[in-house]
Amino acid sequence: MPLELFLDLYSQPCRSVYIFAKINKIPFEFRKVDLAAGEQYGEEFGKISVLRKVPVMRDGDFILTESVAILQYMVQMFSTPDHWYPADVQKQARVNEYFSWQHTAIRSHASKVFWFRCMVPILTGAEVPKEKMDSALEDLSSTLNIFEKKFLRDQHFIIGDRISLADLVAITEMMQPVGAGLDVFKDRPRLSAWRDRVKQELGVAAFHEAHEVIMNAASLPQTIENKGMLEFLKPRLQKLFN
Amino acid sequence: MPLEIYLDLLSQPCRSVYIFAKKNNIPFEFKKILLFKGEQYSEEFGKVNYFRKVPAIKDGDFTLSESIAILTYLAEKYGTPDHWYPADLQTRARVHEYLSWQHSGMRGIAGKILWLRLMIPKAFEIDVPKERMDSLLVDLEGSLTAFEEKFLQDKPFIAGQKISLADLVAIVEIMQPVGAGVNVFEVRPKLSAWKDRVRAEIGSALFDEAHQMIFNTEEVAKTLDPSMKEIIKLRIKKSFL
Repeated sequence: MPLELFLDLYSQPCRSVYIFAKINKIPFEFRKVDLAAGEQYGEEFGKISVLRKVPVMRDGDFILTESVAILQYMVQMFSTPDHWYPADVQKQARVNEYFSWQHTAIRSHASKVFWFRCMVPILTGAEVPKEKMDSALEDLSSTLNIFEKKFLRDQHFIIGDRISLADLVAITEMMQPVGAGLDVFKDRPRLSAWRDRVKQELGVAAFHEAHEVIMNAASLPQTIENKGMLEFLKPRLQKLFN
Repeated sequence: MPLEIYLDLLSQPCRSVYIFAKKNNIPFEFKKILLFKGEQYSEEFGKVNYFRKVPAIKDGDFTLSESIAILTYLAEKYGTPDHWYPADLQTRARVHEYLSWQHSGMRGIAGKILWLRLMIPKAFEIDVPKERMDSLLVDLEGSLTAFEEKFLQDKPFIAGQKISLADLVAIVEIMQPVGAGVNVFEVRPKLSAWKDRVRAEIGSALFDEAHQMIFNTEEVAKTLDPSMKEIIKLRIKKSFL
């Protein structure tokens, strides 16, 4: 039985798992969890994962959450090309270092900006106060500066000449605010050049396919409303993103 | 040249690295970085870790930050006993799953309690609004419940029958609030039993030695450098309040 991947491509970590599986031709069944319809809060999904988040992987009886853990699992199980997660101890440590840092850095700040721009207005009926928005944008900008200065430097990819899981996780997070209409790559030639290299390595078609949904994020609030889920999701989403 | 490990044991991720290295008899030079004295801002330390955070290691020319990366690096390089970072695909995945979740699920919450309860009012003389503290304590309950229900369940340790890096990373974070007098184990027998098992596996002497500082925060607060006080105050206002 092939792997089952429980995904919604609005979610950054779902996109990294999806792209990785596709480009490595890992056989899997795509199980959509419609976040806009609140499916993550349903009884059925609750049996899959009590944490009620995506992505989730199911391999027979074995259920695994956390995209980084899922990516590492797929690498080991399918013996994907070494450059994704090198066997060399020091190179692998560099990928792990990025994985660790990004949770409370790029992931956190990029998600927040997306949230503020895309979701808060519909959940609260008002725009995010300018001060708060400026602060979030400043945090995102600082974290991108760190990314360029400390992780990317003059290299082609985060750990050197070859693309790795670190670049995949990074790009999917950075695309989130782009989906909300903020081009984080603008005025950042080094970052843009890295993005283009990553897209090439992943395959432009695969990249665009995975990002189609988020690039239409402007319609997400309306989608939630159309599904009649606004009142249900409001308190739950506010709690998650406070 | 020996491995250098840069640490301040007030910090949870420093404790997991310290305990792991000591428990496995990994030879290293303990490079003390006193955060409250601003030693992380020295030019020398900047060359070791761009982020000016601890823990950090220097292994010959190779420098590395982030405790999770350091722990797995040490496990691989020194060939520590399998149970710490199991080779088995699914057991290892359980360790990875916890190490990933805990950044925001546990560390982000438990780590703030000692600050908000003790450090901020006492050492920095900033009032912490009651709602903020109450809200954080509610979040802590959520984290601990998720820990027990999802990660521990009915197993002796997170990955199964044996202690792993996941338990080590978990225990140092869960101990942090205890330093502020928030006894998280009191009403949670399952958590308490797990803690006792982990402490026994690590060795009570090493465990207690590593955790000494969090029970002496008043003393630590006295070492606060005046210049550091202002820097940290700004950060407190931004991140904690």
